[in-house]
Amino acid sequence: MSSPRLTALDALHRALGATMTDFAGWDMPLRYGSEREEHLAVRTKAGLFDLSHMGEITVSGPQAGEMLDHALVGFVSALGVLRARYTMICREDGGILDDLIVYRLAESEFMVVANASNAQLVLDELTARAAGFDAVVRDDRDAYALIAVQGPEANGILGSLTDADLAGLKYYAILPATVAGKDVLLARTGYTGEDGFEIFSAPAVAEHLWQALTEAGTEAGLVPCGLSCRDTLRLEAGMPLYGHELNTDLTPFDAGLGRVVRFDKTTNDGDFVGRKALEAAAANAETNPPRVLVGLVSEGKRVPRAEYAVVSADGTPIGRITSGAPSPTLGKPIAIAYVDAAHAAPGTAVAVDVRGKHEPVEVVALPFYKRAR
Amino acid sequence: MSNPQHLQYSEDHEWLTAPEDGVSTIGITAHAANALGDIVYVQLPEVGDTVTAGETCGELESTKSVSDLFSPASGEVVEVNSDVVDDPAKVNAEPFDGAWLFKVKLSEEPAGLMSADEYTKLTNG
Repeated sequence: MSSPRLTALDALHRALGATMTDFAGWDMPLRYGSEREEHLAVRTKAGLFDLSHMGEITVSGPQAGEMLDHALVGFVSALGVLRARYTMICREDGGILDDLIVYRLAESEFMVVANASNAQLVLDELTARAAGFDAVVRDDRDAYALIAVQGPEANGILGSLTDADLAGLKYYAILPATVAGKDVLLARTGYTGEDGFEIFSAPAVAEHLWQALTEAGTEAGLVPCGLSCRDTLRLEAGMPLYGHELNTDLTPFDAGLGRVVRFDKTTNDGDFVGRKALEAAAANAETNPPRVLVGLVSEGKRVPRAEYAVVSADGTPIGRITSGAPSPTLGKPIAIAYVDAAHAAPGTAVAVDVRGKHEPVEVVALPFYKRAR
Repeated sequence: MSNPQHLQYSEDHEWLTAPEDGVSTIGITAHAANALGDIVYVQLPEVGDTVTAGETCGELESTKSVSDLFSPASGEVVEVNSDVVDDPAKVNAEPFDGAWLFKVKLSEEPAGLMSADEYTKLTNG
């Protein structure tokens, strides 16, 4: 096995005493202290994350938009300049290869951000799917470090370090800006369910940015946060994680995310990779819904975890958990699961097989947590 | 948190006190608690249960994982700490004192345990 990749902030994490973990080939901070306290800091104050493992791919050229319309399920060419969209890349059979955020940096330049675990695959697919288009696909994984500042205090903390118009920077928008004297791409995106920003910078200035944000934010309660709390934050916010809620056996319709598939695209005569299979999946989802992605809440203490079976009141298997954790915000164990449509209505009492014992849980609508606006 | 000198340690990261009237107190080390992360659920053996050295006798759940609890010694469980069942976070906060887990009336002399210095060496290595 090759040694894990280190982010530009590696020395800082070690100096902060982080517990590190291997994540998709990267050595990443799992937590610095208590993951519960890091989680609560993001919900009530602010948290600072190193997300440099995320895979940036730049697509540019006169036909960059048309190429991405062909390669992805979204209507990318319709995106305004400096706006972003959550989308997916699917196989010809409709199976999800990855979920992505696409930022339109200029009329003919897009930045695709893939999950670390899928970045190489997405790069290879985009490169192959660019054939015949006047567009260039560039691997920019090493060109960017990515720092996120998330939480209700994020706006104030960042505002003290930049002249950028943060009030004008809408959710799912991006702006070239100067933060603490350094050129960055500043996006109002995140994966926590809170307001916040993601800052793409040259790796060489990442330490400077991290230190500046730390100094600017400490008084407001900003703490460094690891991937452990990132996972519980996204789980509470009902956001899917590739490899858990999403995989190649599922279409976006199976995952309850059919809205990302844009059959109304006008480019390439409306055709795109996976269209035929996805049309069938859409029809099937309406007439003969497969399992449905739901939330589960337990009144007990034991945690329903990924891969545990969900069973009905009489013990019949009716589904499978994809993610589960003790929820710091709710103070109880929560989980996301695919369950048979007949048992998917909020309020339905079901159970989870926790290592042989059936723990009662209740079906709830996702998300578990939504911030007050 | 340094490992107290008066305790003995197992390779499974439990600690054990020297017996008093044949009864030893058992817990998990700070190293183990830290590796698990925030502990959210503790399942202990019951009073009267027989436990065997090196075998599983309970469960510890943290945010990210479920781990078996191993007994470092053989004997009969004579007392369990209900405080840590009610407040599992105590195991992270005070693993070597307030968050002891259970007490065992030893049926045989514990074997294969380490001193504090040996255990520190193992976990730093």
